[in-house]
Amino acid sequence: MWEYTDKVREHFLNPRNVGEIKNASAIGEVGSLACGDALKLFLDIDENDRIVDAKFQTFGCASAIASSSALTELLKGKTLEEAEKITNKEIADYLGGLPEEKMHCSVMGQEALEVAIKTYRGEPIELHDHEGTIICHCFGVTDEQILRAVEENGLTTVEEVTHYTKAGGGCGKCVDDIQRLIDEATGKVAACEVPEPAARPTLSNIERMQLVMKVLNEEVRPRLKQDGGDVELIDIEGHTVKVALRGMCTSCPSSQLTLKNVVEKALQEQVEPELTVVEVSQ
Amino acid sequence: MTTIYFDNNATTKIDPLVLKEMMPFLTDYYGNPSSMHKFGGQVSSHIARARHQLASLLNAQPDEIIFTAGGTESDNTAIYSALEAQPGKKHLITTRVEHPAILNVCRHLEQRGYDITYLGVDEKGLLDLEELRAALRPDTALVTIMYANSETGVIFPMHEIAKIVKERGVMLHTDAVQAVGKIPINLETLPVDYLSLSGHKIHGPKGIGALYVRKGATFRPHMRGGHQEHGRRAGTENTASIVGLGKAAELAQLSMEIENTGVKHMRDTLEKGLLKAIPESIINGDTESRLPNTTNISFKHVEGEAILLMMDGFEIAASSGSACTSGSLEPSHVLRAMGVPFTYAHGSIRFSLSRFNDDKEIKIVLKELPEIIKRLREISPYKDEEGAEAPKRPCTCS
Repeated sequence: MWEYTDKVREHFLNPRNVGEIKNASAIGEVGSLACGDALKLFLDIDENDRIVDAKFQTFGCASAIASSSALTELLKGKTLEEAEKITNKEIADYLGGLPEEKMHCSVMGQEALEVAIKTYRGEPIELHDHEGTIICHCFGVTDEQILRAVEENGLTTVEEVTHYTKAGGGCGKCVDDIQRLIDEATGKVAACEVPEPAARPTLSNIERMQLVMKVLNEEVRPRLKQDGGDVELIDIEGHTVKVALRGMCTSCPSSQLTLKNVVEKALQEQVEPELTVVEVSQ
Repeated sequence: MTTIYFDNNATTKIDPLVLKEMMPFLTDYYGNPSSMHKFGGQVSSHIARARHQLASLLNAQPDEIIFTAGGTESDNTAIYSALEAQPGKKHLITTRVEHPAILNVCRHLEQRGYDITYLGVDEKGLLDLEELRAALRPDTALVTIMYANSETGVIFPMHEIAKIVKERGVMLHTDAVQAVGKIPINLETLPVDYLSLSGHKIHGPKGIGALYVRKGATFRPHMRGGHQEHGRRAGTENTASIVGLGKAAELAQLSMEIENTGVKHMRDTLEKGLLKAIPESIINGDTESRLPNTTNISFKHVEGEAILLMMDGFEIAASSGSACTSGSLEPSHVLRAMGVPFTYAHGSIRFSLSRFNDDKEIKIVLKELPEIIKRLREISPYKDEEGAEAPKRPCTCS
């Protein structure tokens, strides 16, 4: 059982500012169902760059919901310039603190805010690919994100970094790289001495999943739906994409052709040529 | 308001009759059964009685029962015993859905040079027995397969498994911690070599368990020291808990019918009611071959811990396969092995009942849980069919 503060419990049971803002000035979305938590932040910003309203929708645990609620409370009335300075620590502090293992929930809030502000300003959103190098391939966490968490929260151990960013919590192969980043940030080694992490040419599991979902949702499913069919992503194991056919597809004699010629082809062309698509019954 | 306890696969309430049986051994009868005086020696007969009670539940011989400190010790003992007795054999077979007391021992053994085959399960959580047959090798030291799964309640066909494994002369262990007391087990007809069980899952005390070792099966002790348990498990007997486990076994035998009628009926009422009241909810695991007290239900697009905490507000205790902590992307190794889609896997709740539950408690859950799911779905950004779409931004998994 987590030891949540009364404030976390209160914000979880009675979250403030739940919902959408129609015609929002800016929207910031982070996370996904696959990751286990996701946050969609809506901001209404006036002509003086002041946040007049903030709302959220969150999928996740109690502390994810409470962090989202806290974030929207912190944001209301602030100018963008002020809002930009909000750190994950402030979100956690607002709630009277979060359990160490749940600090990543406050980081999610801060990142959604960052995305929303960048969207509003028309700046490119480069959470991963360009803003640093991916260190943790399981969770797609970059060196920039790790360094930021280390600096803003005064982290000193790999375990703490995992609690705040999830980095290192998967296969654990990047633990040494994280340690090097901590050493760099805390001044134990000069930055120039940090060796580049080994080049990894392939997509991480998360990146692959995200891309597959995007291609399926934006291209494949609309095409199938024209004929009354549909397809649902069930799982991805290595380079095997498992899908279930839905709607008219289930009774269509040429569904296997569709699977290869439409679904697999699109994924091979747009995600990775090695991918194969198999149908599973779900 | 008392707690509505639906987490009996995690641990159970001590039956008051068990506690009553234990009390004298925590107060007046504190003697050491190994001592050479009546005061200590009189305790031995009570340990012997407990061994009989437990053996009777399993239809085993009393001298096939070794008392341990719980399910985990029994599992460890069984695995290391089989390996130590057959030093030339470096292969083990288990499943992907075992308890950590098995899986983490296997991972440790892998680091020490053992080769482990992890059998997969299908979407209902069932094994492919042909896969088991094909995995057996001349150097297989042990097959260890759970009797019933703690998360889904799915029961594996142990008689068929034993037939396949014993035909090839390979040793077989089953972690029956969740099955004992809930479904009949007859070790006279079921040829496993080792079987693990735990006291606190059958309304006995914590910190006590047993390992069944078939007469004639090779055995190497895990704990060395004194001559207790005929030298098979050293350490002064945990008298009170052994007596408690014996009584719990006796009561489990008496309650077996209730477990498979009354408890099962409550479980079915709860399950059917929830599926009916809550759209986009599914049962995880096979519903035919399943423990009578367990149901594992997933609610699409909501997260398990959030559900649990809201239920906690109504004093309803259950558990979730969801592990929303840093470093666990996988909601539950069991649900993942079954291929439950992640739209459902994060929102799984396990209700595990016992003979101490009643219909009134079921009604309360049926009243409150649909509202809880509705509330959380209102907060969730994934609502409709299209909601399963990934956000447009790259996943940060922060």
